[in-house]
Amino acid sequence: MDAELRKQRRLAATKARRNVFTETVHPKSYFEQMTDAEREAFFAREKKRSATALKQRKVRKTILTALGLMIAATISLLALVPIFFTFLNSFMSSDEIINNYSVIFQSMSGHNSSGATYLSRTPVLKLIPEEVTIKQYTTLLFMNPAYLFKFWNSIVLTLPIVGGQMAVACLASYSFARYRKKRREVLFFSYIILMLMPFQVTLVPNYMIADALGILNTYWAIILPGVFSTFAIFLLTKYMRQIPSGYIEAATIDGATEWQIFTKIAIPLCKNAIFALTILLFIDYWNMVEQPLVLLTDTELQPLSVFLAQINEPEIGIAFAASAVYMIPPLLIFLWGEEYLVEGISRSGIK
Amino acid sequence: MGLSDKDNSSFPKETETRVRPGSQLPSEEKKPETAAAKRAAGSAASKTKSKAKVKAKPPKAHKSADETAGKYAMSVIPKAYETLIPDDIPEFEDTPERRALVEKRKKGHFRRKLRDWGIFTGYLTPSLLGVMVFFFLPLILLLKTSFQKSPTNADFVGFRNYERVLTNAAFISASKNTLTFALISVPLAVVLALFLAMLLNSGLPGKSVFRSILLNPMMVPVASVVLIWQVFFSYNGVINGWTAQLFSWDKIDWLKSQYAQIVIMLLFLWKNLGYNMVLFLAALNAIPSEILESASLDGAGPVKRFFAIKLHYLSPTIFFVGIMSLINSFKIFREVYLLTGDYPFDNLYMLQHFMNNKFTQLDYSLLSSGAIVMCIAMIIIVGILFYSESKFDSDVEE
Repeated sequence: MDAELRKQRRLAATKARRNVFTETVHPKSYFEQMTDAEREAFFAREKKRSATALKQRKVRKTILTALGLMIAATISLLALVPIFFTFLNSFMSSDEIINNYSVIFQSMSGHNSSGATYLSRTPVLKLIPEEVTIKQYTTLLFMNPAYLFKFWNSIVLTLPIVGGQMAVACLASYSFARYRKKRREVLFFSYIILMLMPFQVTLVPNYMIADALGILNTYWAIILPGVFSTFAIFLLTKYMRQIPSGYIEAATIDGATEWQIFTKIAIPLCKNAIFALTILLFIDYWNMVEQPLVLLTDTELQPLSVFLAQINEPEIGIAFAASAVYMIPPLLIFLWGEEYLVEGISRSGIK
Repeated sequence: MGLSDKDNSSFPKETETRVRPGSQLPSEEKKPETAAAKRAAGSAASKTKSKAKVKAKPPKAHKSADETAGKYAMSVIPKAYETLIPDDIPEFEDTPERRALVEKRKKGHFRRKLRDWGIFTGYLTPSLLGVMVFFFLPLILLLKTSFQKSPTNADFVGFRNYERVLTNAAFISASKNTLTFALISVPLAVVLALFLAMLLNSGLPGKSVFRSILLNPMMVPVASVVLIWQVFFSYNGVINGWTAQLFSWDKIDWLKSQYAQIVIMLLFLWKNLGYNMVLFLAALNAIPSEILESASLDGAGPVKRFFAIKLHYLSPTIFFVGIMSLINSFKIFREVYLLTGDYPFDNLYMLQHFMNNKFTQLDYSLLSSGAIVMCIAMIIIVGILFYSESKFDSDVEE
């Protein structure tokens, strides 16, 4: 090593020791190398580019939104068609209906399908009736007492089940939610399994017990098992477990009894869920077909849902009006309680 | 957290004696011994015993470290802590009154526990009673009948009824149809509902309008729309007319061909998509947006974000929706019956048809063994679902 290099190094070391910084020359950036004119041109170019990019993004977004809207609109239309169709057809005169649809029902189950093949005519799907009458409704409601009786049967079966099941479920789910022990959990799990059991399984026991109690072929045979169905308990318990325990503790410290906690805290907090469940249960039992078919052999007692399926050719003139009237109560309930329903359903899914 | 949090303050505090650590007054030397003796005398319940054991340790350590205790006692216990311990800790003599008091408290504790239990059982009673009478008891009865020759003839026939059911052609085809329907329609219902929910959640205008429109079919009774389905899908129906006009296809008898299940599936989807979609919408809104944001900043595209983040947050809802759809798919008999009556086309013959027709034939032993078989199958399916859910959940969370 020669002396020159050593000297330089010593100098560098000394400088470093004394914290003396020597300036180093940085290379100029691309931006700094440009002249002013170039810089301006660059900015203009960039502005243009970003503007087009933004525009493109906007266009793409509108196209996507339009596509999504179209898909959603199509699906909603499909969802609404059967309902609209029923209502619109219910204002047709019965002659028009028979003209339009008798072809269809000739090929239905009651008839020999080989006979129907000779008919080459296809029905026309008519949305708007040629003449608007409410004659179907008047014949249905005033000339046809059987129909009104069936409607009344539906109400008599549905309302007690919904009311009773909600009352039982409120009490039971409060108990399940408030008092969690291992044995209770086992019981709760068996309730869940019972809830998941399809009708195919529970209907036989229902039949046997109704037979044993001698309530077969009466409303009670459907109402009683319906009241003790565990579906509402399952969902309400899920909901009640979300109540913060602090509320209950505060109430206990203030000297509330168990009944007061139940009526003043648990029930009001679960109000929405209870509304939602009531609506859900109402639809479910308004719809029921299986239980009355098996447990009510007397056709006089059967609800409208079973009756509607058996409407055949001679009554086709009023069938649409009958269907329309049957779907009005649930639709009204839906219009009234949609928020509750949506919230109740949403909360039931999230753990 | 929830209603169920029990308060742990049930154990009476007075039986514990606090020994002031570090203070070595000669008068206090006796205290641990008396306290231990008292506890040994009064320890009947197991809880008190365990506590007594814990409490019995400090005196022993105290004696062995007798000389050194005084030296480091002050250094270990901070002065501030010293002031927190009051000088006049009440000490309980082992008197008969005291024993009576302890007994009374124990009794009160027991009574309170009993009262709690009574209240909660009381709330449950109506439901429990009804469920016992209308579901559990008959199920046991069913089990009994399934081993009998007939309900009136109580001869034990072993598994012969089960043999009869499992070799019954109608039962086999019915269960096959029901299972195929569930296997195809449940995944379809889940996936389509998820797709719809994502579509509505992607910033479409009029989201709530679409939501209520799609929820509408749920409210409409099946019996009311059956007529429309018949208008569309019967042999001389509208769909056949359209396909004949547009593509000049041959007419298909939709409800009496291998396409019959498709028609029923359409009805099923029409009815259930709205409900499932609302569930998914709620779950999608519950996903924390920061995570999605940070993922997109890190360069994850929409597909990656869906599979890596959203799907994990959605998994409990997917299971819930799956279970609900499964239940509903077993209820499909309703639609089939309303559309086609008691004896539909072969591939629409559901388990419920089998049951209904056996009811009319009054073959109860066959019926009950069939119900038991179904019950067991259902329990197995549900068990698998719950098990996989718990497995999957533990994988996903944390």
